[in-house]
Amino acid sequence: MKGRGTAKPLGALVLLFALWNGGLTLFHGWASLWWLGLGVDFLLIVGIAELLGKMIPPAYAPLYRRSLSVSFPLLLFIAWELLVRGGVLSPDWFPPPSRIVQALWELITKFDEFSKTSLLGRPWLLPGAIGGSRTETVEELLAESHLYATLMRVFVGFFLGAIPGILLGMVMGVSPTIRTMIDATLSAFYVLPKIAIFPIMMLIFPDPFGEGPKIAVVAISVFFLVTINTMVGVRDIEPVYLEAGRNYGASGFRLFYHVILPGALPVVFAGLRLALGTALIVIIAVEFVRAKTGVGFLTFYYWEILSPEKMYAGLVVVMVLGVLLTAGLKKVEQWVMPWRRP
Amino acid sequence: MDRTNGASLKIRASHISKVFSNGKGSVEAIRDFSLEVKEGEFLCIVGPSGCGKSSFLRILAGLMTPSSGKLEIQPGEDTSKPLTSMVFQEYAVFPWKTVLENVGFGLRMRGIHKAERHAIAQSWIERVGLTKFIHAYPHQLSGGMKQRVGIARALANDPEILLMDEPLGALDAQTRMVLQEEILRIWEERRKTVVYVTHSIEEAVLLGDRVVLMTAHPGTKKAEFPILLPRPRDLKVTATPEFGELTYTIWEALRGEVLSAMESTGAGSSKGVG
Ligand SMILES: Nc1ncnc2c1ncn2[C@@H]1O[C@H](COP(=O)(O)OP(=O)(O)OP(=O)(O)O)[C@@H](O)[C@H]1O
Ligand SMILES: [Mg+2]
Repeated sequence: MKGRGTAKPLGALVLLFALWNGGLTLFHGWASLWWLGLGVDFLLIVGIAELLGKMIPPAYAPLYRRSLSVSFPLLLFIAWELLVRGGVLSPDWFPPPSRIVQALWELITKFDEFSKTSLLGRPWLLPGAIGGSRTETVEELLAESHLYATLMRVFVGFFLGAIPGILLGMVMGVSPTIRTMIDATLSAFYVLPKIAIFPIMMLIFPDPFGEGPKIAVVAISVFFLVTINTMVGVRDIEPVYLEAGRNYGASGFRLFYHVILPGALPVVFAGLRLALGTALIVIIAVEFVRAKTGVGFLTFYYWEILSPEKMYAGLVVVMVLGVLLTAGLKKVEQWVMPWRRP
Repeated sequence: MDRTNGASLKIRASHISKVFSNGKGSVEAIRDFSLEVKEGEFLCIVGPSGCGKSSFLRILAGLMTPSSGKLEIQPGEDTSKPLTSMVFQEYAVFPWKTVLENVGFGLRMRGIHKAERHAIAQSWIERVGLTKFIHAYPHQLSGGMKQRVGIARALANDPEILLMDEPLGALDAQTRMVLQEEILRIWEERRKTVVYVTHSIEEAVLLGDRVVLMTAHPGTKKAEFPILLPRPRDLKVTATPEFGELTYTIWEALRGEVLSAMESTGAGSSKGVG
């Protein structure tokens, strides 16, 4: 009944959408007016989605919202594909999605005999290597994978930065003395673009081109973010929880374990999420500059040899990596903080 | 400590003052407040908003030190029992613990084993009517339910002195009446020393042995009313003329303070009330 009032305008909008796109195509308007075309299309689609949302029964509303969030990017890709095919966008700068997917497939499946690497490496050979029935060792096989190289740097750097960050942040949150001593220094380092310390790291480590400096930059970037967030998390705990903890007999470590730690966790995890994103940014940037492996290296390499679709494929891998890592962290978060599950 | 009326003194607070100061200035919350509470007495404190009732309870709980004055609390014979347990006005129910874990928290801190702890907690959860929510987290509860968790947590801890800061403030009128009767029953079973802060004069008269009235900002003792209504009590006493007389007498004494508290905080106009 609710939908009846919106059915008519909905039909009108759909018709308008068809007319607008048909008209532009018919009169060859896309080449010069593609920005206007897409802008109007976007507004019409928002209108259609809005009206449709009102007609959807409440039971299907979550499903509808999810399908919106999936189908809109799909529409974007289709628009992109069409714009390139129609000659509006140059395939040299914006290779169409279909070719990017093809390039991605190539990256995944093809082993580069010259550099002895590929995106994923050859993980299917791993069982044989572990069992000793192959000439390659496990290390050699892992070293073939760009994805593994990036993941390893992110993971190791993340843990090396996050664990001391949480510890220092907790200490700073609890002790006003330590906080006042360190806070200013920490803020100063925090604003420093972390990639700028990469050269220093290369000086410090005995092997400037090895894994050490790369992991160190990631760890340092993560460390500052996590420290500051943990400190804020501890300080933002409602004082009444501390009072309740103390009144009911908790002090020292038990107050920490039962009140301060869980009370600070939500903000700590917000910090970890930020830090994970930053870790990814930093490692890709570092791999652009100085690396022989890694997804960042791969992306930059294909830019150098002017293979845009593979470069885009590299970016897609970075994006997927970011989404998956964030989702993984979210799972950890729900596991550690069961009281925040909806 | 000395004995009066056959019962020993449990709390003696003499000339307590509390001044909060920060960089900009200072607020005098309590001025020269003296109070004696007997062992097993149910004492109610009534006073206008912001007169320092919560601050006083925090001082009694040892969560805050008075700026001046002396506080003596007579410890019980059983030293394994906690001295005070507070029901916080803000509930202070830990969001990261289930109802069961919250209610058993004090017991856990005292090293009581899981099985016993859970049994005690469960029985108190039942008495405040939250059995269905025993494994729920506080974010799934309403304000009034959280407050009941706070009450159960204090009662389960079995302290020498119960400090209750508007424990029924967030409840609807019906639930409040049920819990008032429950509190009466529990108190008459155990005769624990209780310091009970409330905004409701009726509630104070219904529950208390004595009602202490505090003045508006800064808080100090204005008057004291012994409540000699017979025990055991239940909600039926609210229908007696004595009850009505007592509440009206206390209200007359309190009215001036409420008006001056409203003036000083700028809440509402000074005219047109009463
Ligand atoms: N931690 C604090 N820092 C500074 N001032 C405070 C603090 N706690 C309380 N006060 C001030 O002390 C006064 C008394 O506060 P308190 O919370 O004890 O009042 P109350 O009688 O419990 O009020 P209500 O009935 O509204 O709960 C208020 O003016 C308040 O602003
Ligand atoms: Mg209060």
